Amino acid sequence: MSTFDLLAQGLIAALQWQNLLYALIGVTLGTAVGVLPGIGPALTVALLLPVTYKLDPAGSLIMFAGIYYGGMYGGSTTSILLNTPGESASIVTALEGNKMARQGRGGPALATAAIGSFIAGLLATIGLAFIAPWVVRFALSFGPADYFALMVLAFVTVSAAFGDSALRGLTALFIGLGLGLIGIDLQTGQTRLAFGIPDLLDGIEVTTLAVALFAIGETLKTSSDPAQINTQFTAIKGSVWMTLEDWRRSWASWLRGTVIGFPIGAMPAGGADVASFLSYSAEKSFSKKPEEFGHGAIEGVAGPEAANNASAAGTLVPLLTLGLPTTATAAIMLAGFQQFGLQPGPLLFTNNAPLVWALIASLLVANLMLLVLNLPLIGVWVRLLTIPKPWLYGGILVFATLGTLGANGAMSTGFGPVRISFELVLLLAFGVLGYILRRFDYPIAPVVVGLILGPMAEQQLRRALAISQGDVGILLASPVSMVLYAAAAAAIIIPLIMRLRGKGAVLGQLASDED
Amino acid sequence: MNTGNSGNMRRPDGAALVIAAILAGIAVVIFWQTSLMRVPPVQQRVGPTVFPYVVATGLVFLAIGTAVSAFRNGFPARSKDDFRPIVWIVGGLVAQILLLSTAGFSIATGVLFGFTAKGFGRGPLWKTIPAGAVFAFIVWFIFAKGLQLSLPTGVLERLLTTGSFQ
Repeated sequence: MSTFDLLAQGLIAALQWQNLLYALIGVTLGTAVGVLPGIGPALTVALLLPVTYKLDPAGSLIMFAGIYYGGMYGGSTTSILLNTPGESASIVTALEGNKMARQGRGGPALATAAIGSFIAGLLATIGLAFIAPWVVRFALSFGPADYFALMVLAFVTVSAAFGDSALRGLTALFIGLGLGLIGIDLQTGQTRLAFGIPDLLDGIEVTTLAVALFAIGETLKTSSDPAQINTQFTAIKGSVWMTLEDWRRSWASWLRGTVIGFPIGAMPAGGADVASFLSYSAEKSFSKKPEEFGHGAIEGVAGPEAANNASAAGTLVPLLTLGLPTTATAAIMLAGFQQFGLQPGPLLFTNNAPLVWALIASLLVANLMLLVLNLPLIGVWVRLLTIPKPWLYGGILVFATLGTLGANGAMSTGFGPVRISFELVLLLAFGVLGYILRRFDYPIAPVVVGLILGPMAEQQLRRALAISQGDVGILLASPVSMVLYAAAAAAIIIPLIMRLRGKGAVLGQLASDED
Repeated sequence: MNTGNSGNMRRPDGAALVIAAILAGIAVVIFWQTSLMRVPPVQQRVGPTVFPYVVATGLVFLAIGTAVSAFRNGFPARSKDDFRPIVWIVGGLVAQILLLSTAGFSIATGVLFGFTAKGFGRGPLWKTIPAGAVFAFIVWFIFAKGLQLSLPTGVLERLLTTGSFQ
């Protein structure tokens, strides 16, 4: 069957009212958490995992993808109006977007972000639909050694290309890998690093770690950081609509952002934040009015916002076709697939084709819903920003502990009549870890990706070595793995050069760390 | 963010050194625990100990790198964090953990909510804890009754859903 037929069938499935409802819930929640500073799509999906355990797999996954897309839309609103990015991919948007808002052009800034996100999301989702079958065909020939090389590449791009220091990125990754060791080894049944605690035999739950790092860690950091406790909110003044001039200046930026963002998400060459940074510097060099950059140039909002949405769609290519998560949200979505007994990868496209195509098609539907939700209803979302912080973060912690208890509420330890939920103790411990990571500028995503991808990488490594009877040479034997290792090396070296050059220009105020 | 660094260029970053020590400590624990594992000879080559050794070795190198970075002041400047809110929020989480089995979800989580609000400068506790408990009960009702999520039940939940204390 051709891609068109598959996509058409997917669309029919996506347009069933249950799936439309899941998509609507997803994009609404996604926009809300994208708008609210401090919570993002990764945390929301992690919190919803236990709740969706008993729901329909296709519907739940459609909802998760809607949250991911919605988060990318909502993040721009916070960046533009609050100058505090809702998530890392919107940092660049704040540079020009907040300047525009202060000049009373917040409306057009929000509009160009929303329309740019729509166009990028649309084109990139179509890109996903056409590239995915091709990658699947290619991936079916992969051996364990190739998969291991692919995961090494993912480790490198997630940890070394993100953030501003390869040293801190890799440290975060290895903390995740170390946590992934805990529990019973699946191949031999041997217990590793459980220290005699029965609760640790099953390993660390991805959701517990993600909720702790994102919700508790963020709450602790926000409450203690004097710079974050008072943020200025710029109200929208003037017209919400873009002028003809705005349209003329935006359309090429949207397309350029899409072209930059999609491959970066798909390859995987980094996350949405990398894509938006690159798009920003591209817009700066393409612009006919470079002098406006830093003073509210609309291209500087249009390009990066298109790029981060295109990159989010691109991220789904390795996730669906190879089972390879390259962002924290993708890592948790992978956990979501596993919860339903589904393993993303080439076989998913043959064994669960209707589900995959319904998911891809529903992204197109979700994208349209997001445009409607974000343009006329922008005032509703803006009101979310006025929730006082004590109530907002109190509520976040209530839901964080609720989700953790719902996933694993066993009161397994304790003393006397007081029984203690071990999972909540872990949540607290990882929450403190999350605060420390934030305080010392360690990225969070590599920890989550390391925890979920570490055991998978180990499995492939041992499988490869078992085939070769212990000969390490097999790891480099195939051309595919050699190309992947070369790409991994490039992923360490290129950002190093970029950090020294491009980033100095883009974010001059941040210190560069050459380690 | 580099401003002010020139003055203490030669003084190593103490906190970063502590992080380096912790990373090295974790590596030692992994090495030690893995060496205690008894692996059958068949699995010796590609058994369950290979990956832990790889991770621990990586952590050793990262600890060294962190220490070097500490001496070269490679860490970005840190904000002057106020630790009082952290004590409140962590205290709230600990209180919730201890109260859950006896007081039930709503009351324990109400305490967490109140303490968190206090951490963000909103009080007084005798108002915020009951408000949090009401909120937690509504959430409990939706998720435990509506979505069949298994959540700890206490006095308040039983009283409000069945009308009895038992």
